[in-house]
Parts: sequence; C-alpha cells; structure tokens
Amino acid sequence: MQYQADVTIELKSGMLDPEGTTIKRALEHLGYKAESVKTAKKYTIDLQAESIHAARETVEEMCQKLIANPIIHNYSISLRELQ
Amino acid sequence: MSIGIVQFGGSNCDLDVLHVLKDVIGVDAELVWYKEENLERFEGIVIPGGFSYGDYLRAGAIAARTPIMTSVKGMAEAGKPVIGICNGFQVLTESGLLEGALTTNNYPKFKCESTLLRVESTDTPFTSKFKKGDVVSIPIAHMEGNFYADELTLSSLEDNAQVVFRYVDKNGKATDEANPNGSQENIAGIVSAKKNVLGMMPHPERASEDILGSKDGIKIFESMVEFISSQ
Repeated sequence: MQYQADVTIELKSGMLDPEGTTIKRALEHLGYKAESVKTAKKYTIDLQAESIHAARETVEEMCQKLIANPIIHNYSISLRELQ
Repeated sequence: MSIGIVQFGGSNCDLDVLHVLKDVIGVDAELVWYKEENLERFEGIVIPGGFSYGDYLRAGAIAARTPIMTSVKGMAEAGKPVIGICNGFQVLTESGLLEGALTTNNYPKFKCESTLLRVESTDTPFTSKFKKGDVVSIPIAHMEGNFYADELTLSSLEDNAQVVFRYVDKNGKATDEANPNGSQENIAGIVSAKKNVLGMMPHPERASEDILGSKDGIKIFESMVEFISSQ
C-alpha cells in the first residue's frame, strides 16, 4: 500500500523561537496584532507499507532517528493512504 | 602521531585546521573524506567548521549520521581526543557524542565577530596549556550556536566540570551582553563525561597566529598534541 505522511516538527514549548518572534514583530509593523507566532517545518514523505499501522511505525522511527531532535523538538505525524 | 581532519561536503574550515596543525605546530595531519571509515591511523580527530550538507534539516544533523561518525564514536569510546569546532560541535551534539543541542541564535542572524572566552577547566586534553580563569580571544562565525540543554543535563554538565569555555566580557564576567547567541549559562564549549570529546562554537584555528590578531586558540591544538604524545 502507498501512504503519505505529513511530519510537523516544532520547537518544544518554552524554547526560544527567534524566527517566530521576528515574524511577529514584522506583523506588528504592518498593523496586525498577533499574540504569538511559532515556526514549524513540515516534511511530506511518501512510502510503501503493509498497513497504516506499519507506515506509522516506520515514520515514527524516521522522526526519532533523524527528522526531529528530541532534545529541542516535538513532532506530529498525519498519515493517509494514497489511492 | 597523526591527526585526522574530517571533510564533509560543505566543510570549509578544514584547510585552516590543517594549516595550523601542519605548518604552525608541525605535527602530522591529514584530511579524511567522510566516505572513509577506517580511522585507525589517527591518534586524534578534528571535525572542522562549515556548512555540512548545506545545513539541510538541522545544522550537523546529516553529517552526524554518516558512516565515518560511527568510526569517530569508536575512537571517542577508546579515549582518543576528538574536537568539533562550530559545525563540528553541531555534528557532535547531533551524533550524541556530546549532550545538549545548538539552536538558532537568540538574535536570528549569522554572527561573525571576536569573542572573549573564560577557560573554566584545565583538566581536559584540550585545555592543559591554559590556566583556569584565563580570558582568551577566539572568534565565532555561526547562526546556530545557541547552546540548549534541559535542566538536568545542564546541572550535570556544571557539576562534572564539563563546561570548558564561557563567553565573558573583558573583566571575565559571564554577562548577557557578552553572550553573542543566547547560550544557556553563556556556554561556548563543553566536553564529554570522559573529557576526551570537545565541542566549541568559537574557531580556535582562526586565532592561532599573530597575523590573525590572536594566538590564544593554538593552545587548544597544542594541548591536544601534548595529550596524544603523553599516551
């Protein structure tokens, strides 16, 4: 089966997000009031797996071994079957 | 004695380190392409600065997972000295050889400037030529040098005297103003629990000759060479 995973990597709460802070300030210069801006990265991974459960397990492993740094990041995975 | 200098695609301080080791200090040193896995001929390793893999994913993340790093880990476990400078420090934290992580500078900009560092520990293979409390001038050049570790890790680094260099002002005080990147506790360099792996954001190879304005950095390489000779 063919699956597609969207992996979102975010900084853990409480960590400095200087890019987000800079964007927030720029929004304020434009007259918008944003209470906070946080940056995140999204990776879209297409993969073959036996089942959606197996696909999730593989993507979890990818996150733990490479895509996220557990010291500073939280990650979330959104998975769907491709037709 | 020979010291290996690991080259990844995107390393750019490799030749500077080679020059300091070979021409300034006069020891045998050799560039090692990252595809090589046999490092048995080396007594020490330097992972130089640069932008390995274009800083894709995270600075140092991809380089940390190349096969040569498995060999570097083996050397570190065997007690051989390993230094990671700037991007090399990022590679060492990403590979798990050093604790913590290096995140985006608190002012999110590439910073290239002279910094003053206080030597916090001389009980390492890299700092034996300093005196504790020495304030030395070694420049930085990075965008992701903001050292972060959780509280437990941070206190164990402090308790075990693993913090080796701290950013300070000219009076030797670790102030916020002297901190160029927002690093916790003004940390500029740390060693592993066994003290034979050093990671530091400042570039000692850029402060190793009078013509560069500071020779303070050369003591790090000289300490390493002396340590290797004493083994």
